Amino acid sequence: MVGTTLEDTFRNEWGRVLASMIGFLGDFDLAEEAVQEAFAAASERWPRDGTPDNPRAWLVTTARNRAIDRIRRDRTLATKTRLLDAPLSTEDTLDDTTIPDERLELIFTCCHPALALDAQVALTLRTLGGLSTEEIARTFLVPEPTMAKRLVRAKHRIKATGIPFRVPPAHLLPDRLAAVLAVVYLIFNEGYGGRGELAAEAIRLGRALAELMPDEPEVRGLLALMLLNDARRDARFAGGAVVLLADQDRSLWDAGQIERGRGELERALALGGRGPYVLQAALAALHSDDPQDWAQIAALYGELGRITGSEVVELNRAAAIAEAGDVEAALELTEGLDLGGYHYLHATRADLLRRLDRVDDARASYRRALELVHSDAERRFLERRLAELG
Amino acid sequence: MKYVLLIHQGDAPTPYEETWAQLSKDEQQEISKAYGEINQTPGVTPGVGLQHPDTATTVRVEDGQTLVTDGPFVAVKEALGGWFVLEADDLDAAIEIASRVPAARLGGGVEIRPVAEW
Repeated sequence: MVGTTLEDTFRNEWGRVLASMIGFLGDFDLAEEAVQEAFAAASERWPRDGTPDNPRAWLVTTARNRAIDRIRRDRTLATKTRLLDAPLSTEDTLDDTTIPDERLELIFTCCHPALALDAQVALTLRTLGGLSTEEIARTFLVPEPTMAKRLVRAKHRIKATGIPFRVPPAHLLPDRLAAVLAVVYLIFNEGYGGRGELAAEAIRLGRALAELMPDEPEVRGLLALMLLNDARRDARFAGGAVVLLADQDRSLWDAGQIERGRGELERALALGGRGPYVLQAALAALHSDDPQDWAQIAALYGELGRITGSEVVELNRAAAIAEAGDVEAALELTEGLDLGGYHYLHATRADLLRRLDRVDDARASYRRALELVHSDAERRFLERRLAELG
Repeated sequence: MKYVLLIHQGDAPTPYEETWAQLSKDEQQEISKAYGEINQTPGVTPGVGLQHPDTATTVRVEDGQTLVTDGPFVAVKEALGGWFVLEADDLDAAIEIASRVPAARLGGGVEIRPVAEW
Protein backbone atom coordinates (compact mmCIF):
# COMPACT_ATOMS: atom_id res chain seq x y z
CA MET A 1 0.00 0.00 0.00
CA VAL A 2 2.89 2.31 -0.77
CA GLY A 3 1.82 5.88 -1.34
CA THR A 4 -1.76 5.28 -0.22
CA THR A 5 -3.00 7.02 2.84
CA LEU A 6 -5.30 5.41 5.33
CA GLU A 7 -7.99 7.81 4.24
CA ASP A 8 -7.69 6.74 0.59
CA THR A 9 -8.00 3.09 1.59
CA PHE A 10 -11.08 3.84 3.64
CA ARG A 11 -12.63 5.80 0.82
CA ASN A 12 -11.90 3.08 -1.75
CA GLU A 13 -13.00 0.19 0.41
CA TRP A 14 -16.00 1.56 2.29
CA GLY A 15 -18.62 0.78 -0.40
CA ARG A 16 -17.30 -2.67 -1.10
CA VAL A 17 -16.91 -3.70 2.50
CA LEU A 18 -20.35 -2.33 3.41
CA ALA A 19 -22.03 -4.02 0.43
CA SER A 20 -20.47 -7.30 1.40
CA MET A 21 -21.66 -6.92 4.99
CA ILE A 22 -25.21 -6.04 3.95
CA GLY A 23 -25.21 -9.12 1.73
CA PHE A 24 -23.97 -11.21 4.64
CA LEU A 25 -26.26 -9.81 7.34
CA GLY A 26 -29.29 -8.72 5.35
CA ASP A 27 -29.54 -5.63 7.52
CA PHE A 28 -28.35 -2.12 6.63
CA ASP A 29 -28.03 -0.74 10.16
CA LEU A 30 -26.22 -3.70 11.62
CA ALA A 31 -23.88 -3.79 8.62
CA GLU A 32 -23.11 -0.08 8.80
CA GLU A 33 -22.38 -0.27 12.50
CA ALA A 34 -20.06 -3.26 12.07
CA VAL A 35 -18.20 -1.63 9.17
CA GLN A 36 -17.80 1.57 11.14
CA GLU A 37 -16.32 -0.39 14.03
CA ALA A 38 -13.96 -2.22 11.68
CA PHE A 39 -12.76 1.07 10.17
CA ALA A 40 -12.30 2.53 13.64
CA ALA A 41 -10.24 -0.52 14.65
CA ALA A 42 -8.16 -0.15 11.49
CA SER A 43 -7.38 3.49 12.13
CA GLU A 44 -6.17 2.53 15.59
CA ARG A 45 -4.16 -0.57 14.66
CA TRP A 46 -2.78 -0.02 11.17
CA PRO A 47 -0.60 2.96 12.05
CA ARG A 48 0.76 0.97 15.00
CA ASP A 49 1.08 -2.56 13.56
CA GLY A 50 1.31 -1.71 9.86
CA THR A 51 -1.31 -1.98 7.12
CA PRO A 52 -2.26 -5.63 6.49
CA ASP A 53 -1.38 -7.21 3.14
CA ASN A 54 -5.02 -7.33 2.16
CA PRO A 55 -6.79 -4.39 3.79
CA ARG A 56 -10.18 -5.30 2.34
CA ALA A 57 -10.11 -8.85 3.66
CA TRP A 58 -8.98 -7.53 7.04
CA LEU A 59 -11.85 -5.03 7.13
CA VAL A 60 -14.49 -7.56 6.07
CA THR A 61 -13.24 -10.16 8.55
CA THR A 62 -13.14 -7.63 11.37
CA ALA A 63 -16.59 -6.27 10.48
CA ARG A 64 -18.02 -9.80 10.39
CA ASN A 65 -16.54 -10.66 13.76
CA ARG A 66 -17.83 -7.42 15.26
CA ALA A 67 -21.31 -8.14 13.90
CA ILE A 68 -21.21 -11.69 15.23
CA ASP A 69 -20.11 -10.47 18.66
CA ARG A 70 -22.89 -8.00 18.60
CA ILE A 71 -25.45 -10.67 17.69
CA ARG A 72 -24.15 -12.96 20.43
CA ARG A 73 -24.67 -10.14 22.88
CA ASP A 74 -28.14 -9.54 21.60
CA ARG A 75 -29.73 -12.84 20.74
CA THR A 76 -33.11 -11.41 19.87
CA LEU A 77 -31.45 -9.57 17.02
CA ALA A 78 -30.36 -12.88 15.54
CA THR A 79 -33.95 -13.83 14.91
CA LYS A 80 -34.31 -10.77 12.73
CA THR A 81 -31.33 -11.43 10.50
CA ARG A 82 -30.17 -14.13 8.15
CA LEU A 83 -27.49 -15.10 10.65
CA LEU A 84 -29.54 -17.73 12.48
CA ASP A 85 -27.98 -20.61 10.61
CA ALA A 86 -24.69 -18.92 9.78
CA PRO A 87 -21.46 -20.14 11.31
CA LEU A 88 -20.79 -18.01 14.34
CA SER A 89 -17.09 -17.50 14.01
CA THR A 90 -14.54 -16.63 11.39
CA GLU A 91 -11.19 -17.20 13.02
CA ASP A 92 -9.14 -16.79 9.88
CA THR A 93 -8.93 -13.71 7.77
CA LEU A 94 -11.11 -14.18 4.73
CA ASP A 95 -9.43 -14.64 1.40
CA ASP A 96 -10.15 -11.84 -1.06
CA THR A 97 -11.61 -14.31 -3.57
CA THR A 98 -14.24 -15.39 -1.07
CA ILE A 99 -15.54 -11.85 -0.64
CA PRO A 100 -18.16 -11.29 -3.31
CA ASP A 101 -18.42 -7.81 -4.79
CA GLU A 102 -21.99 -6.86 -3.96
CA ARG A 103 -21.83 -3.16 -4.79
CA LEU A 104 -24.24 -3.66 -7.69
CA GLU A 105 -26.83 -5.26 -5.41
CA LEU A 106 -26.31 -2.32 -3.09
CA ILE A 107 -26.77 0.42 -5.69
CA PHE A 108 -29.90 -1.19 -7.13
CA THR A 109 -31.31 -1.39 -3.63
CA CYS A 110 -30.46 2.24 -2.87
CA CYS A 111 -32.01 3.42 -6.15
CA HIS A 112 -35.20 1.37 -5.89
CA PRO A 113 -38.22 3.33 -7.18
CA ALA A 114 -40.10 2.69 -3.93
CA LEU A 115 -37.68 5.16 -2.28
CA ALA A 116 -38.07 8.90 -2.78
CA LEU A 117 -35.48 10.39 -5.12
CA ASP A 118 -33.80 12.49 -2.40
CA ALA A 119 -33.55 9.36 -0.26
CA GLN A 120 -32.04 7.42 -3.18
CA VAL A 121 -29.41 10.11 -3.66
CA ALA A 122 -28.54 10.38 0.04
CA LEU A 123 -28.38 6.63 0.52
CA THR A 124 -26.18 6.13 -2.55
CA LEU A 125 -23.73 8.80 -1.36
CA ARG A 126 -23.67 7.37 2.16
CA THR A 127 -23.37 3.66 1.37
CA LEU A 128 -21.41 3.52 -1.87
CA GLY A 129 -19.67 6.85 -1.74
CA GLY A 130 -18.81 6.61 1.92
CA LEU A 131 -19.68 10.27 2.53
CA SER A 132 -20.59 11.06 6.10
CA THR A 133 -24.10 12.22 6.96
CA GLU A 134 -22.63 15.62 7.78
CA GLU A 135 -20.95 15.89 4.37
CA ILE A 136 -24.15 14.93 2.53
CA ALA A 137 -26.15 17.40 4.60
CA ARG A 138 -23.71 20.21 3.81
CA THR A 139 -23.79 19.35 0.10
CA PHE A 140 -27.57 19.54 -0.11
CA LEU A 141 -27.80 22.52 2.23
CA VAL A 142 -30.00 20.82 4.78
CA PRO A 143 -29.37 20.61 8.53
CA GLU A 144 -27.51 17.46 9.57
CA PRO A 145 -30.36 16.09 11.74
CA THR A 146 -32.69 16.37 8.73
CA MET A 147 -30.29 14.37 6.58
CA ALA A 148 -29.75 11.84 9.37
CA LYS A 149 -33.50 11.36 9.64
CA ARG A 150 -33.79 10.95 5.88
CA LEU A 151 -31.16 8.20 5.90
CA VAL A 152 -32.69 6.41 8.88
CA ARG A 153 -36.12 6.48 7.23
CA ALA A 154 -34.78 5.21 3.93
CA LYS A 155 -32.99 2.30 5.61
CA HIS A 156 -36.07 1.50 7.66
CA ARG A 157 -38.20 1.61 4.54
CA ILE A 158 -35.94 -0.85 2.69
CA LYS A 159 -36.33 -3.33 5.51
CA ALA A 160 -40.02 -2.77 6.27
CA THR A 161 -41.25 -2.87 2.68
CA GLY A 162 -39.07 -5.78 1.59
CA ILE A 163 -36.99 -4.03 -1.09
CA PRO A 164 -34.72 -6.85 -2.30
CA PHE A 165 -30.92 -6.72 -2.10
CA ARG A 166 -30.16 -7.96 -5.61
CA VAL A 167 -29.48 -7.04 -9.20
CA PRO A 168 -32.93 -6.91 -10.86
CA PRO A 169 -33.91 -9.71 -13.23
CA ALA A 170 -33.66 -9.06 -16.98
CA HIS A 171 -37.25 -7.84 -17.47
CA LEU A 172 -36.85 -5.16 -14.77
CA LEU A 173 -33.26 -4.27 -15.53
CA PRO A 174 -33.71 -1.55 -18.18
CA ASP A 175 -36.06 0.51 -15.97
CA ARG A 176 -34.06 -0.03 -12.80
CA LEU A 177 -30.74 0.70 -14.46
CA ALA A 178 -32.20 3.93 -15.82
CA ALA A 179 -33.09 4.88 -12.22
CA VAL A 180 -29.54 4.14 -11.03
CA LEU A 181 -28.01 6.17 -13.85
CA ALA A 182 -30.41 9.04 -13.13
CA VAL A 183 -29.25 9.17 -9.50
CA VAL A 184 -25.58 9.17 -10.49
CA TYR A 185 -26.18 11.89 -13.09
CA LEU A 186 -28.15 13.95 -10.59
CA ILE A 187 -25.21 13.75 -8.17
CA PHE A 188 -22.91 14.81 -11.00
CA ASN A 189 -25.07 17.79 -11.93
CA GLU A 190 -25.28 18.91 -8.31
CA GLY A 191 -21.50 19.01 -8.48
CA TYR A 192 -21.27 20.46 -11.96
CA GLY A 193 -22.91 23.67 -10.76
CA GLY A 194 -19.83 24.33 -8.65
CA ARG A 195 -19.28 21.69 -5.99
CA GLY A 196 -16.51 19.75 -7.69
CA GLU A 197 -16.19 17.05 -5.07
CA LEU A 198 -19.70 15.79 -5.90
CA ALA A 199 -18.91 15.62 -9.61
CA ALA A 200 -15.79 13.63 -8.74
CA GLU A 201 -17.90 11.35 -6.56
CA ALA A 202 -20.38 10.79 -9.40
CA ILE A 203 -17.52 9.92 -11.75
CA ARG A 204 -16.19 7.43 -9.19
CA LEU A 205 -19.65 5.83 -9.02
CA GLY A 206 -19.83 5.84 -12.83
CA ARG A 207 -16.44 4.12 -13.04
CA ALA A 208 -17.49 1.49 -10.52
CA LEU A 209 -20.68 0.84 -12.49
CA ALA A 210 -18.75 0.53 -15.75
CA GLU A 211 -16.42 -1.95 -14.07
CA LEU A 212 -19.36 -3.96 -12.70
CA MET A 213 -21.51 -3.85 -15.86
CA PRO A 214 -18.91 -3.66 -18.62
CA ASP A 215 -21.34 -4.53 -21.41
CA GLU A 216 -24.04 -1.93 -20.71
CA PRO A 217 -23.59 0.85 -23.28
CA GLU A 218 -25.65 3.37 -21.31
CA VAL A 219 -23.37 2.92 -18.27
CA ARG A 220 -20.34 3.71 -20.44
CA GLY A 221 -22.31 6.50 -22.10
CA LEU A 222 -23.00 8.16 -18.76
CA LEU A 223 -19.37 7.83 -17.69
CA ALA A 224 -18.24 9.33 -21.00
CA LEU A 225 -20.74 12.18 -20.66
CA MET A 226 -19.57 13.02 -17.14
CA LEU A 227 -15.88 12.86 -18.06
CA LEU A 228 -16.35 15.09 -21.10
CA ASN A 229 -18.44 17.70 -19.30
CA ASP A 230 -16.27 17.71 -16.19
CA ALA A 231 -13.15 18.20 -18.35
CA ARG A 232 -14.47 21.66 -19.26
CA ARG A 233 -15.28 22.71 -15.71
CA ASP A 234 -12.43 25.21 -15.30
CA ALA A 235 -13.37 27.01 -18.52
CA ARG A 236 -17.08 27.35 -17.78
CA PHE A 237 -16.90 30.37 -15.52
CA ALA A 238 -14.88 33.56 -15.72
CA GLY A 239 -15.29 36.54 -13.41
CA GLY A 240 -18.49 35.04 -12.00
CA ALA A 241 -20.17 34.81 -15.41
CA VAL A 242 -20.96 31.76 -17.50
CA VAL A 243 -18.69 31.40 -20.51
CA LEU A 244 -20.35 29.91 -23.59
CA LEU A 245 -18.67 26.91 -25.13
CA ALA A 246 -17.65 28.88 -28.22
CA ASP A 247 -15.87 31.48 -26.07
CA GLN A 248 -14.17 29.08 -23.66
CA ASP A 249 -10.39 29.06 -23.29
CA ARG A 250 -9.61 25.58 -24.59
CA SER A 251 -6.26 25.53 -22.84
CA LEU A 252 -8.25 25.26 -19.60
CA TRP A 253 -9.85 22.00 -20.74
CA ASP A 254 -8.49 18.79 -19.27
CA ALA A 255 -7.25 17.14 -22.47
CA GLY A 256 -6.44 13.83 -20.83
CA GLN A 257 -9.91 13.55 -19.37
CA ILE A 258 -11.49 14.41 -22.71
CA GLU A 259 -9.51 11.55 -24.24
CA ARG A 260 -10.70 9.17 -21.52
CA GLY A 261 -14.27 10.34 -22.14
CA ARG A 262 -13.90 9.73 -25.86
CA GLY A 263 -12.51 6.27 -25.13
CA GLU A 264 -15.57 5.38 -23.03
CA LEU A 265 -17.83 6.75 -25.77
CA GLU A 266 -16.08 4.60 -28.40
CA ARG A 267 -16.70 1.53 -26.27
CA ALA A 268 -20.36 2.46 -25.75
CA LEU A 269 -20.87 2.91 -29.49
CA ALA A 270 -19.04 -0.35 -30.19
CA LEU A 271 -21.52 -2.07 -27.86
CA GLY A 272 -24.31 -0.76 -30.10
CA GLY A 273 -25.36 1.99 -27.69
CA ARG A 274 -27.80 4.57 -29.00
CA GLY A 275 -29.56 5.46 -25.75
CA PRO A 276 -29.94 8.92 -24.21
CA TYR A 277 -26.63 8.92 -22.30
CA VAL A 278 -24.63 7.62 -25.26
CA LEU A 279 -26.19 10.29 -27.48
CA GLN A 280 -25.51 13.04 -24.95
CA ALA A 281 -21.91 11.85 -24.63
CA ALA A 282 -21.56 11.85 -28.42
CA LEU A 283 -22.88 15.42 -28.43
CA ALA A 284 -20.44 16.43 -25.69
CA ALA A 285 -17.60 14.91 -27.75
CA LEU A 286 -18.73 16.74 -30.89
CA HIS A 287 -18.88 19.97 -28.91
CA SER A 288 -15.23 19.44 -27.93
CA ASP A 289 -14.17 19.28 -31.58
CA ASP A 290 -12.68 22.31 -33.28
CA PRO A 291 -14.27 23.22 -35.63
CA GLN A 292 -17.58 21.71 -34.58
CA ASP A 293 -19.69 19.71 -37.02
CA TRP A 294 -22.95 21.55 -36.43
CA ALA A 295 -24.97 19.58 -39.01
CA GLN A 296 -24.11 16.36 -37.21
CA ILE A 297 -24.76 17.96 -33.84
CA ALA A 298 -28.22 19.03 -35.05
CA ALA A 299 -28.92 15.51 -36.35
CA LEU A 300 -27.93 13.94 -33.01
CA TYR A 301 -30.12 16.39 -31.08
CA GLY A 302 -32.92 15.27 -33.42
CA GLU A 303 -32.30 11.64 -32.50
CA LEU A 304 -32.09 12.47 -28.79
CA GLY A 305 -35.30 14.50 -29.00
CA ARG A 306 -37.16 11.59 -30.57
CA ILE A 307 -36.08 9.25 -27.74
CA THR A 308 -36.69 11.61 -24.85
CA GLY A 309 -39.55 13.72 -26.23
CA SER A 310 -37.78 16.66 -24.57
CA GLU A 311 -38.49 20.17 -25.79
CA VAL A 312 -35.26 21.38 -24.20
CA VAL A 313 -33.42 19.05 -26.58
CA GLU A 314 -35.41 20.56 -29.46
CA LEU A 315 -34.26 23.98 -28.31
CA ASN A 316 -30.66 22.79 -28.46
CA ARG A 317 -31.34 21.40 -31.93
CA ALA A 318 -32.56 24.82 -32.98
CA ALA A 319 -29.34 26.42 -31.73
CA ALA A 320 -27.29 23.83 -33.64
CA ILE A 321 -29.30 24.42 -36.83
CA ALA A 322 -28.54 28.13 -36.50
CA GLU A 323 -24.83 27.41 -36.03
CA ALA A 324 -24.97 25.17 -39.11
CA GLY A 325 -26.12 28.27 -41.00
CA ASP A 326 -29.91 28.31 -41.16
CA VAL A 327 -30.91 30.94 -38.58
CA GLU A 328 -34.43 31.37 -40.05
CA ALA A 329 -35.19 27.67 -39.74
CA ALA A 330 -33.86 27.69 -36.18
CA LEU A 331 -36.10 30.61 -35.21
CA GLU A 332 -39.10 28.88 -36.75
CA LEU A 333 -38.35 25.73 -34.74
CA THR A 334 -38.34 27.73 -31.48
CA GLU A 335 -41.83 29.14 -32.29
CA GLY A 336 -43.43 25.75 -31.74
CA LEU A 337 -41.84 25.05 -28.35
CA ASP A 338 -43.93 25.14 -25.20
CA LEU A 339 -41.11 26.46 -23.02
CA GLY A 340 -42.36 29.97 -22.27
CA GLY A 341 -41.20 29.87 -18.65
CA TYR A 342 -37.69 28.71 -19.49
CA HIS A 343 -35.10 31.47 -19.72
CA TYR A 344 -32.94 29.58 -22.23
CA LEU A 345 -35.79 29.68 -24.78
CA HIS A 346 -35.85 33.48 -24.64
CA ALA A 347 -32.06 33.77 -24.52
CA THR A 348 -31.75 31.51 -27.56
CA ARG A 349 -34.49 33.37 -29.44
CA ALA A 350 -32.88 36.69 -28.55
CA ASP A 351 -29.60 35.51 -30.03
CA LEU A 352 -31.29 34.26 -33.22
CA LEU A 353 -33.24 37.54 -33.61
CA ARG A 354 -30.03 39.51 -33.07
CA ARG A 355 -28.37 37.56 -35.86
CA LEU A 356 -31.34 38.31 -38.14
CA ASP A 357 -30.93 42.05 -37.31
CA ARG A 358 -34.33 42.17 -35.61
CA VAL A 359 -32.86 44.30 -32.80
CA ASP A 360 -36.13 45.35 -31.11
CA ASP A 361 -37.42 41.78 -30.95
CA ALA A 362 -34.03 40.61 -29.70
CA ARG A 363 -34.06 43.21 -26.92
CA ALA A 364 -37.56 42.13 -25.82
CA SER A 365 -36.46 38.48 -25.71
CA TYR A 366 -33.34 39.29 -23.62
CA ARG A 367 -35.56 41.19 -21.19
CA ARG A 368 -37.94 38.24 -20.91
CA ALA A 369 -34.97 35.91 -20.32
CA LEU A 370 -33.66 38.24 -17.60
CA GLU A 371 -37.03 38.16 -15.85
CA LEU A 372 -36.85 34.37 -15.65
CA VAL A 373 -33.16 33.72 -14.93
CA HIS A 374 -32.09 32.59 -11.43
CA SER A 375 -28.33 32.20 -11.60
CA ASP A 376 -26.23 35.36 -11.17
CA ALA A 377 -23.62 34.08 -13.61
CA GLU A 378 -26.28 33.66 -16.30
CA ARG A 379 -27.77 37.04 -15.46
CA ARG A 380 -24.48 38.85 -15.96
CA PHE A 381 -24.05 37.12 -19.31
CA LEU A 382 -27.53 38.17 -20.50
CA GLU A 383 -27.10 41.75 -19.27
CA ARG A 384 -23.88 42.05 -21.24
CA ARG A 385 -25.54 40.73 -24.38
CA LEU A 386 -28.45 43.14 -23.98
CA ALA A 387 -26.07 46.07 -23.48
CA GLU A 388 -24.17 45.10 -26.62
CA LEU A 389 -27.37 45.56 -28.65
CA GLY A 390 -27.18 49.28 -27.82
CA MET B 1 -42.96 -11.23 3.33
CA LYS B 2 -46.65 -10.73 3.85
CA TYR B 3 -48.38 -7.76 2.23
CA VAL B 4 -51.93 -6.44 1.98
CA LEU B 5 -52.69 -4.93 -1.42
CA LEU B 6 -55.30 -2.21 -1.15
CA ILE B 7 -57.20 -1.51 -4.33
CA HIS B 8 -58.33 2.06 -4.92
CA GLN B 9 -60.65 2.33 -7.91
CA GLY B 10 -60.19 6.07 -8.44
CA ASP B 11 -61.62 6.78 -11.91
CA ALA B 12 -61.64 3.12 -12.91
CA PRO B 13 -65.00 1.84 -14.16
CA THR B 14 -66.63 -0.54 -11.68
CA PRO B 15 -70.04 -2.21 -11.91
CA TYR B 16 -71.31 0.54 -9.55
CA GLU B 17 -70.42 3.34 -11.95
CA GLU B 18 -72.14 4.53 -15.13
CA THR B 19 -68.79 4.27 -16.88
CA TRP B 20 -69.07 0.49 -16.52
CA ALA B 21 -72.04 0.36 -18.96
CA GLN B 22 -69.97 2.28 -21.51
CA LEU B 23 -67.48 -0.58 -21.70
CA SER B 24 -68.03 -3.32 -24.24
CA LYS B 25 -69.06 -6.77 -23.01
CA ASP B 26 -65.56 -7.97 -23.92
CA GLU B 27 -63.88 -5.25 -21.87
CA GLN B 28 -66.13 -5.98 -18.89
CA GLN B 29 -65.34 -9.68 -19.13
CA GLU B 30 -61.64 -8.99 -19.46
CA ILE B 31 -61.61 -6.96 -16.25
CA SER B 32 -63.58 -9.59 -14.34
CA LYS B 33 -61.30 -12.29 -15.67
CA ALA B 34 -58.18 -10.36 -14.62
CA TYR B 35 -59.50 -10.06 -11.03
CA GLY B 36 -60.30 -13.78 -11.11
CA GLU B 37 -56.73 -14.52 -12.18
CA ILE B 38 -55.28 -12.39 -9.39
CA ASN B 39 -57.32 -14.42 -6.90
CA GLN B 40 -55.93 -17.65 -8.38
CA THR B 41 -52.30 -16.46 -8.20
CA PRO B 42 -50.12 -18.50 -5.84
CA GLY B 43 -49.49 -16.55 -2.65
CA VAL B 44 -52.73 -14.58 -2.93
CA THR B 45 -55.46 -14.88 -0.32
CA PRO B 46 -58.46 -13.09 -1.82
CA GLY B 47 -60.24 -10.46 0.22
CA VAL B 48 -63.99 -9.93 0.10
CA GLY B 49 -65.71 -7.57 -2.32
CA LEU B 50 -66.82 -4.18 -1.04
CA GLN B 51 -69.84 -2.23 -2.18
CA HIS B 52 -69.38 1.29 -3.55
CA PRO B 53 -67.71 3.79 -1.18
CA ASP B 54 -71.04 5.70 -1.22
CA THR B 55 -72.40 2.99 1.03
CA ALA B 56 -69.70 3.59 3.64
CA THR B 57 -70.54 4.83 7.13
CA THR B 58 -67.78 6.43 9.16
CA VAL B 59 -67.73 6.44 12.95
CA ARG B 60 -65.64 8.67 15.20
CA VAL B 61 -65.75 9.03 18.94
CA GLU B 62 -65.07 12.47 20.35
CA ASP B 63 -65.30 13.20 24.08
CA GLY B 64 -67.18 9.95 24.52
CA GLN B 65 -69.74 10.95 21.86
CA THR B 66 -70.19 8.60 18.94
CA LEU B 67 -70.32 10.61 15.72
CA VAL B 68 -71.66 8.91 12.66
CA THR B 69 -71.27 10.37 9.17
CA ASP B 70 -72.27 9.03 5.80
CA GLY B 71 -69.51 8.28 3.33
CA PRO B 72 -65.96 6.97 3.61
CA PHE B 73 -63.21 8.31 5.91
CA VAL B 74 -61.41 9.85 2.93
CA ALA B 75 -62.96 11.31 -0.26
CA VAL B 76 -65.03 8.84 -2.31
CA LYS B 77 -62.45 8.83 -5.10
CA GLU B 78 -59.69 7.94 -2.64
CA ALA B 79 -61.70 5.33 -0.80
CA LEU B 80 -60.79 1.70 -0.49
CA GLY B 81 -62.36 -0.48 -3.18
CA GLY B 82 -61.09 -3.88 -2.17
CA TRP B 83 -58.08 -5.77 -0.94
CA PHE B 84 -56.23 -9.06 -0.90
CA VAL B 85 -53.40 -10.58 1.07
CA LEU B 86 -50.18 -11.59 -0.65
CA GLU B 87 -47.32 -13.74 0.51
CA ALA B 88 -44.36 -12.81 -1.69
CA ASP B 89 -40.56 -12.93 -1.64
CA ASP B 90 -40.05 -9.20 -1.75
CA LEU B 91 -41.46 -5.84 -2.81
CA ASP B 92 -40.59 -6.40 -6.49
CA ALA B 93 -42.79 -9.51 -6.55
CA ALA B 94 -45.62 -7.54 -4.91
CA ILE B 95 -45.23 -4.70 -7.44
CA GLU B 96 -45.52 -7.24 -10.24
CA ILE B 97 -48.86 -8.58 -8.93
CA ALA B 98 -50.11 -5.06 -8.16
CA SER B 99 -49.44 -3.98 -11.75
CA ARG B 100 -51.77 -6.75 -12.94
CA VAL B 101 -54.75 -5.45 -10.93
CA PRO B 102 -57.07 -3.82 -13.51
CA ALA B 103 -57.73 -0.74 -11.32
CA ALA B 104 -54.02 0.13 -11.59
CA ARG B 105 -54.27 0.76 -15.35
CA LEU B 106 -57.84 2.08 -15.46
CA GLY B 107 -57.40 5.26 -13.46
CA GLY B 108 -57.07 3.86 -9.94
CA GLY B 109 -54.10 2.56 -8.01
CA VAL B 110 -52.96 -0.25 -5.76
CA GLU B 111 -51.32 0.44 -2.43
CA ILE B 112 -48.89 -2.20 -1.15
CA ARG B 113 -48.68 -2.39 2.63
CA PRO B 114 -46.39 -4.78 4.45
CA VAL B 115 -48.19 -6.56 7.26
CA ALA B 116 -46.92 -5.79 10.74
CA GLU B 117 -45.24 -8.84 12.26
CA TRP B 118 -45.15 -8.91 16.03
